[in-house]
Amino acid sequence: MAIDSKVVARAAHLARLRVDDSETAELSARLNDILGMVDQLQQADVDQVEPLAHPLEVSQPLRDDRVTEPDVRDKVLPLAPASEDGCFLVPRVIE
Amino acid sequence: MSHSGNWEVVIGLEVHVQLATQSKIFSGTSTQTGDDPNRHASLIDLGMPGTLPVVNKEAIRNAVRFGLAVNADIARRSVFERKNYFYPDLPKGYQTTQLAEPIVGAGEVEIQLESGDKKLVRIHHAHLEEDAGKSLHEDFHGQTGIDLNRAGTPLIEIVSEPDMSSAEEAVAFARKLHSIVTSLGICDGDMSQGNMRFDVNISVRRPGEPLGTRTETKNLNSFRFMEKAIALEVARQIDVLEDGGEIVQETRLYNGETNTARSMRTKEDANDYRYFPCPDLLPVMVSEEDIQTLRDELPELPDARKARYIEQYQLSAYDADLLSGSIATARYFETAAEHGGDAKLAANWVMGELAAKLNAEDKDIADSPVSAEHLGELIQRLKDGTISSKIAKQVFEACWNGDGSPDRIIEAQGLKQMSDSGELEKIVDQVIADSPAQVEDYRNSDDAKRKKKIGFFVGQVMKATQGKANPQQVNQLLQQKL
Repeated sequence: MAIDSKVVARAAHLARLRVDDSETAELSARLNDILGMVDQLQQADVDQVEPLAHPLEVSQPLRDDRVTEPDVRDKVLPLAPASEDGCFLVPRVIE
Repeated sequence: MSHSGNWEVVIGLEVHVQLATQSKIFSGTSTQTGDDPNRHASLIDLGMPGTLPVVNKEAIRNAVRFGLAVNADIARRSVFERKNYFYPDLPKGYQTTQLAEPIVGAGEVEIQLESGDKKLVRIHHAHLEEDAGKSLHEDFHGQTGIDLNRAGTPLIEIVSEPDMSSAEEAVAFARKLHSIVTSLGICDGDMSQGNMRFDVNISVRRPGEPLGTRTETKNLNSFRFMEKAIALEVARQIDVLEDGGEIVQETRLYNGETNTARSMRTKEDANDYRYFPCPDLLPVMVSEEDIQTLRDELPELPDARKARYIEQYQLSAYDADLLSGSIATARYFETAAEHGGDAKLAANWVMGELAAKLNAEDKDIADSPVSAEHLGELIQRLKDGTISSKIAKQVFEACWNGDGSPDRIIEAQGLKQMSDSGELEKIVDQVIADSPAQVEDYRNSDDAKRKKKIGFFVGQVMKATQGKANPQQVNQLLQQKL
């Protein structure tokens, strides 16, 4: 797949990044280089290889279902740029 | 608008079930609800740098319990992945969920339809994931408040195959899932609190044609809304297609108050979630031994309970279905039947008087002012002849209004059925003496007519005794004396 300016603009939109039209040509060239490298990786024969979720041959330790974490609201709320009535405040989001 | 010709409806469900654990899925933070905002949001839930998740054993066990209950394959190895998207109630910037290797594989659930038909609905899979926080749009003068108490609460998302072809089937499936997870005790099942949330995928097609484009209606949190939302969306799709239009693949939001729905986002805006295995979490292994232990410990499930009601209490399939469907109703019924010593009577009272009262006051059976023990006591008094069924309704009413236990009410209000035949005899004599014309008429009638005419005298006696006489006894006395 080749990346053109349109794809760059769409990816930027999804990632909430502001990208100027002047930058898209260079960005698409660089991204295409990366894809070229991925294409090279794709040529590796992995038919006999299980997908790898984790490089270590160990499994997840589990914890008992107990409440151990303290209430940290009074410490973390002041770290936020804005808060009110115990809530973090963000610009209005409405779907 | 009327529609021409046949349309087939194809429905699949995605169901989010909040697991009733004490702590969150990846942190030891309480899952308590109803407290002040952000009191249960630890550094892990907040996605602070340097924190690491540790999986809650009980969340895994609950997912396995569900899988076993729907005869699904349990994955001995399952993998958590990151689903990346940007939203303020998701502080980490990704939801930890499962995709390629979910913990519960294919299974199936049998549903019962009103026609008496049964149908199998296949489960595609069910996976474990974390819930997001809540965005509060009111009361923050143009801004949005974020409460992360819910962030990290364990969920299983159950994904069905598109096996349902009507709103009735979809609702029956949803109810059955509700019944299963509450019977298992893995979910509180309080839909008004969002303990269970339903997303419905709907498409329509002409018979024999390939599947149509589907839409998804999200976050339905009552069975009634689900039924209405499906009817609405099916009608909309058929309208669009019959007018020569096309269905756009989109997510829709249903408003129960106005019974309308609107488009939330179309596929063009669809996120690329960039799933990948979560590097912070190792694959979760479930041993054969664990699975066997959980299988042995499974509580009674709705289908088994229904069968037992038919067998043990001789209830009809219909009654057994109604009483066994919800674990709260089942518990209430069994307690009332045990205390009352009569399952059939208990069944009638739970489905009749009690259900009507609960319905009228929009109450849950778990919050019934008349406890199951009290209803049992009432049934006992009915059975041993202390009160008539008419008086029983009066006692039930008083008990509902908080006047105490049935025995206390019967005692305090003097509602005992007259067992003293001497006293009753006097009243019967009085009624006969007061109604010479009716007595004359009765005596001149044949047997068939007498059966009807005696009703007048019974009525007079009941009136005179304020309903406290035993109708059978009254009948006997009248027949002797007339």
